[in-house]
Amino acid sequence: MLSPATETELAECIADAAGPVRIIGGGTRPIGRPVAGEALSVAGLNGISLYEPGALTIVAGAGTPLAEIEAALAAENQRLPFEPMDHRALLGTDGEPTIGGVVAANVSGPRRIQAGACRDSLIGVRFVDGAGTMLKNGGRVMKNVTGYDLVKLLAGSYGTLGVLSEVAFKVLPDVEAQASVVLSGLGPHQAVEAMAMALSSPFEVSGAAHLPGAGRTVLRLEGFTASVAYRADRLVDTLKMFGAAEVQSDGEAVRAEWRAIRDVTGFADLPGDVWRISVKPSDGPEIAARAGAEVMFDWGGGLIWAQVDEGTDLRARLGAFAGHATLIRASADTRSRLAVFQPEAAGIAAVSHGLRKQFDPRGILNAGLMGGATE
Amino acid sequence: MEMPIPDAAVLSKKDRIVARLSSVLPRSAVIHDEAETKAYECDALTAYKCPPLAVTLPGSTEDVAAILRICHEEGVPVVPRGAGTSLAGGSLPTADSVILGVARLNRVLETNYDDRYIRVQTGRTNLSVTGAVEQEDFFYAPDPSSQLACAIAGNIAMNSGGAHCLKYGVTTNNLLGVTMVTMDGQVMEIGGAHLDAAGYDLLGVICGSEGQLGVVTEATLRILRKPEGARPVLIGYDSNEVAGACVSDIIKAGVLPVAIEFMDRPCIEATEAFAKAGYPMCEALLIVEVEGSPAEIDEQLGVIMQIARRHNPVELREAQSEDEAKRIWLGRKSAFGAMGQINDYMCLDGTIPVSALPQVLRRIGEMSRDYGLEVANVFHAGDGNMHPLILFDANKPGDLELCEAFGADILKLCVEVGGCLTGEHGVGIEKRDLMSTQFKPEDLEIQMKVKDVFDPAWLLNPAKVFPLDASRGRREKPVAA
Repeated sequence: MLSPATETELAECIADAAGPVRIIGGGTRPIGRPVAGEALSVAGLNGISLYEPGALTIVAGAGTPLAEIEAALAAENQRLPFEPMDHRALLGTDGEPTIGGVVAANVSGPRRIQAGACRDSLIGVRFVDGAGTMLKNGGRVMKNVTGYDLVKLLAGSYGTLGVLSEVAFKVLPDVEAQASVVLSGLGPHQAVEAMAMALSSPFEVSGAAHLPGAGRTVLRLEGFTASVAYRADRLVDTLKMFGAAEVQSDGEAVRAEWRAIRDVTGFADLPGDVWRISVKPSDGPEIAARAGAEVMFDWGGGLIWAQVDEGTDLRARLGAFAGHATLIRASADTRSRLAVFQPEAAGIAAVSHGLRKQFDPRGILNAGLMGGATE
Repeated sequence: MEMPIPDAAVLSKKDRIVARLSSVLPRSAVIHDEAETKAYECDALTAYKCPPLAVTLPGSTEDVAAILRICHEEGVPVVPRGAGTSLAGGSLPTADSVILGVARLNRVLETNYDDRYIRVQTGRTNLSVTGAVEQEDFFYAPDPSSQLACAIAGNIAMNSGGAHCLKYGVTTNNLLGVTMVTMDGQVMEIGGAHLDAAGYDLLGVICGSEGQLGVVTEATLRILRKPEGARPVLIGYDSNEVAGACVSDIIKAGVLPVAIEFMDRPCIEATEAFAKAGYPMCEALLIVEVEGSPAEIDEQLGVIMQIARRHNPVELREAQSEDEAKRIWLGRKSAFGAMGQINDYMCLDGTIPVSALPQVLRRIGEMSRDYGLEVANVFHAGDGNMHPLILFDANKPGDLELCEAFGADILKLCVEVGGCLTGEHGVGIEKRDLMSTQFKPEDLEIQMKVKDVFDPAWLLNPAKVFPLDASRGRREKPVAA
């Protein structure tokens, strides 16, 4: 395994590579079509190089454990806004998730609807392209429109455009209190309506999930203690047409439930494949019905987690729809056979292919992981 | 400012180009008379002017595709134009270019409150997007100062911000999808009402690409419910350092104001003389605004004022009424107008790490003495986005050049302390030749390779963003499509 300790060594590894390389962060998210090649770990590129709480900015090596970043932020009462999911329980992996892996997969959680995705908090990257060139884009300031925003392009590119060496984020203050307003016994349509009403209120809902199995529709509020209590009361009142809502204000219990929603732990012990579908929230119930699967809704109905029998081509069931479905958990065989990422329209596929050719002319970086033509 | 020499071959076939454009567009949508094209010779960076070969004003995405197809076939550069409010020269034409103005594309196509988005044609102005949803108490968050006039197309091209980005983000954080036409006339749908990309985040790279990758004709934008209320507090300090420390402490305390605006003494003096908002005469003034219910506002302002007092303010004023809130904002909102009263001015847009604030303001003061030009600072302190306003006299020979040299030195300083050349206005032509201070050649090369994918012939807004020397080979010897 290649294990560079510096960005320069990383660039040399790639420039010298005779064939494909398989990039590894913490190895906790085996998502995508299985790829061949020599393993390249970025774990050696680690450590927080800059953290200015007063400027809401943190910069770290791509191999830095996520836990180290979260601990440093927590010590200053701050946090990553986008609440990255921990895939270990769902995917049955172990190891330490890295911040570079979070960026490469644009991993976000329930707060995505309010605070944006990983790509929205990411303000700078350093990376090495497929030719072994060290590059940077963005920086360490949160408003920056100088040149093209390749920061966003790198986020969610799963290492296929370049190997991240350093990432910079805008962070936010952590909150004093959290509470959930919980509705019970709603069907998917009613639940999505209730969540839409909550998200269209001025009460700053930071999470909106519907768990059909538990019969719970859960809305999260965060902020100063008195403000959370006030908004919880107002939200209960706003939603009274959907039945009597219960307010869960035990902070630890609230955090635990949202961690479980974030990590989709409800599907961890079930067999079969797991898909992740992004649609506009009001389409959620219809798409979930077409999936004919065990489902869980996040993002007010706009994110559907679906659990199906092993090897099922879920997209065949869904037919044409506005949005995208990604196969998150399946055997290597299934991930080779079915497109893991939503197939793109011809024009977009051509652009994606063109970008891959520019960033990785030899086609050696996680080649084929995201599908599409690799030639 | 150097611009490429117009392509003589294109100039010589003007009649044929105009005839072809006229064959696919209504009569009123093609402007080629020299008296009329003059109206499009510049944008809000008025120091530079050049009438285009022709102007087209398409009424649909299909029109845009037809125009681009013709220009592509004829090898004519195309300069997209929103409302022409760019401060960076983003829509400055060249003599051999066709302006593609989206002003007639101004319809609302769909509003959806349940899913919290609006779909508009991109010639629509920023403020009228909020105007279309405010009867339901919703708003579109990015609010550039020019929001009354600027178009969504330009907001997307420049990834525009505004005073409230600390809480709500900039355009890219509020853009869900686009319909875009590439230079060869192909119509692409990217993103939509759902969140995040299926594959590469093309939306993320299109936003802020200054009209160089395609012409965005329709956009799906995230809309938000208005907060219950908002209230500002005004804090005055006798030093920039202390004001900077106060900003940092507010942020560290876990309060997230929607806006933290900063004005220095020259700016306070000018705006006070102009708008008479009743500001105290001091070295540094902060306006901090928070949102929520009255009780929530009381609580947050309580925390903020406690922090402010610890730094011994010379003035601490909480708005007690709607009227007082307006007065607090009055001076800030009149700042640019006030400067315009005194003289011509150039507005910069560099961003710095908040911690570098006192050092940067001190250096700007020193440079101001060295150059003999007055400068006033007003900026979004929470995110470090500075707007130094350099005063000069456009009628005095050499003053514009002196002002530009001063501006360039300030921007280099921003980069030196870890910041960037532009936080929300874009590069355009204004900062094009400074790009090399922020980027190494290979960092610019990889960006140009992205343009190669979308526009291999380099016909869309080609003389912008990248230093002319860096892009010359691509502009003059087009890569084969």
